[in-house]
Amino acid sequence: MRIPLRVAILVLGIFSAGIAQAQQSEIEQLRTAVEALRSDYEARIAELERRLAVAEQNAIQANYAARQAGAAAQPTPPPETGVRQDSLAFAPATGSRSSAYNPAIGVIFQGTAWNFDNDPEDYAIQGFPLGGEAGPIDEGLALGETELIFNANVDDKFTAWLTAALALEDGEAIVEIEEAWVEATALPAGFGARFGRFFSGLGYLNARHRHTWDFADQPLPYQAFLGGQYLDDGVQMRWLAPTDLYMEFGGEWLRGDRYPTAGAAKSGAGAYSLFAKFGGDLSADSSWLAGVSYLNGTAVDRPSGDEDDPLLFNGDSTLTAAEFVWKWAPDGNWKQKNLIVQAEYFWRDDSGDYTLPGGSPLAYNADQAGWYAQAVYQPVPRWRVGGRIDGLAGDSPGPLFDGTELAAPGSDPRRYTIMTDWSNSEFSRLRLQFTRDESGPSDDTQWGVQYIHSIGAHGAHTF
Amino acid sequence: MATAMIRMMLVLLLAVSPHMASAKLNVFACEPEWAALATEIGQSLVETYSATTALQDPHYIQARPSLIAKVRQADLVICSGAELEIGWLPALLQKANNRGVMPGQPGFMEASNHVLRLDATTSVDRAQGDIHPRGNPHIQTNPHNLTAVARALGGRLKDLDPDNAGAYEQGLAGFLERWEAAIAKWEARAAPLRGSRAITHHKSWVYLERWLGIEEAANLEAIPGLPPTATHLSRLTSEFKDGGADFIVRSPYQDSRASEWLSERIGVAAVVLPLTVGGTDKAQDLFSLFDDIIERLLEAQGHD
Repeated sequence: MRIPLRVAILVLGIFSAGIAQAQQSEIEQLRTAVEALRSDYEARIAELERRLAVAEQNAIQANYAARQAGAAAQPTPPPETGVRQDSLAFAPATGSRSSAYNPAIGVIFQGTAWNFDNDPEDYAIQGFPLGGEAGPIDEGLALGETELIFNANVDDKFTAWLTAALALEDGEAIVEIEEAWVEATALPAGFGARFGRFFSGLGYLNARHRHTWDFADQPLPYQAFLGGQYLDDGVQMRWLAPTDLYMEFGGEWLRGDRYPTAGAAKSGAGAYSLFAKFGGDLSADSSWLAGVSYLNGTAVDRPSGDEDDPLLFNGDSTLTAAEFVWKWAPDGNWKQKNLIVQAEYFWRDDSGDYTLPGGSPLAYNADQAGWYAQAVYQPVPRWRVGGRIDGLAGDSPGPLFDGTELAAPGSDPRRYTIMTDWSNSEFSRLRLQFTRDESGPSDDTQWGVQYIHSIGAHGAHTF
Repeated sequence: MATAMIRMMLVLLLAVSPHMASAKLNVFACEPEWAALATEIGQSLVETYSATTALQDPHYIQARPSLIAKVRQADLVICSGAELEIGWLPALLQKANNRGVMPGQPGFMEASNHVLRLDATTSVDRAQGDIHPRGNPHIQTNPHNLTAVARALGGRLKDLDPDNAGAYEQGLAGFLERWEAAIAKWEARAAPLRGSRAITHHKSWVYLERWLGIEEAANLEAIPGLPPTATHLSRLTSEFKDGGADFIVRSPYQDSRASEWLSERIGVAAVVLPLTVGGTDKAQDLFSLFDDIIERLLEAQGHD
């Protein structure tokens, strides 16, 4: 079986030697053919090797059993770590089964039990009416969001991902398409593209799944400026520089139908974003990532504040963000001990008009800011502790809004949070969190426990 | 603003394109042993980079920006495979926008596809811990496996850089000649280890054990991938306090406390073995790696 492969390579060699550059694509095709041949050949060898292994393992097993029987008087430890019968079977055989092409499926369970001193129903941040999915964690015992994740390669040039969120809304079970995107994996020259519905690459936390967050809730700027987490329909283009310093530049063209945009303005292309990210290692122990990003959206009747009686904003909303993350582990051995320090800063400029319930549009212009800084330390495997401070900086939109919920807050909203979590494995995590919340109508102390468990396939986490 | 951004990208692309025409073949190895092997075969024709060091647990690596930047520039990505890097390599490949090194392409190679993997299973349940259904991925502890991977890697280097095919062939032949001689030497030297029994921290050494005829008596981890528990360690104490084990083996990146604790109680030497190149001061290349592994085991066993 080695011979056809060798011949193929030889043919390819002779062929490619005498060929003009214009026929480069043909070489590519042949290369692919050779590769296909090779993988077929490797699969067959692997199959033979598997059969050999089974025979070999059987022999060991028999030998072991014989020795056990022969040395009954000797206190031999039980074969707890010996060859188990089930380890004689081998990984999925190629082909034949129709399920072989099934996507990887994972389910993430997230639930909370949360306690508030104040009634969370009354929660609001003066000057920052909340929109989208923003808001406090559900009071009491709550299932939160259960995520169903499917992903697989479509073919050699595309890969696809679906996250369906199962949640209870007003007692009704709802299924929401959280993410549904296709990514092109075979673009040349370091380009990457994604299209469908996805979390925007804006900021650091935004593109990261809820279950990877280090605290049970989002920092205040995400609550106030991004409706919790900004996702929308659109396309994303990225380019990565071929340099040792990580330099990624990207842009998104988005529908503009989600907070902080609304109404799918400009014929359904109401927002765009740009981002640049840089990163590298400082030593074997530590690495960093820093970035700036910009979101420009047009909002048409964007609701916020009270759900039944919302404020409506029309105009332009821009958001500029700076992010910085530093991670440390002695010798880079993450499993034993590690530290993550991260911070983000956001500037928002909303310019347009607000319609208060029952009123007429009033010209509105405010430059607000928000930030958070946090550190999470894992002193020993499984256990982590963390602290976070987050805050907002208000801006007065003018005397027209005095006495309304859009007026600047008397003092800047601020929260202080500490947490500790325990992970039995990388698939399970239990968290205890305390928050001193000075962002709402009156200061509040909150605490709760959260669980995050995942079953099935689980994708790799980004930095 | 968007057009300005694209224009800036194109300018940057042109500015950095000479980098891409670098004469050397860029090899990104997930683990140091594959970087060392690529250097043995390709010598000055390849520029190798290892994503991990011998002091890091390769199951738990952050998909760092620096690694993404290296994968972006790689002509060949070579990893152990068998899901060892499943927690981070997919994130690197997804972010690196390098179509030449995507799985299925000539620029992507899983070393463990070229050897006989042990302990593969179709029955997997996470209650059993960190099980690798495709078999144990720590294949580099048997030098015969490296022979097989070297052959495959030599072929791959030739395919990727056909202009230097002759040099890679020569490099491979030279390496294999020295390697086979070294294997014969190691096998003779390690003969006293045959039949000895090892307690290992994690199932990292099954290939070495199979090669040298060492029996794996137990693991310190009650469940693969999870830290050793007190109950399991005290069970091991009562099981082995009257003999039945010759050494307790761990890798440099594994917590020393469990093996030292047990060593004290059962009176068996705890030994740190380099799992890959760079794991100890002496293990500086593939040859000294096995020299050091065998010497350390012999020393622990009482043969000097």
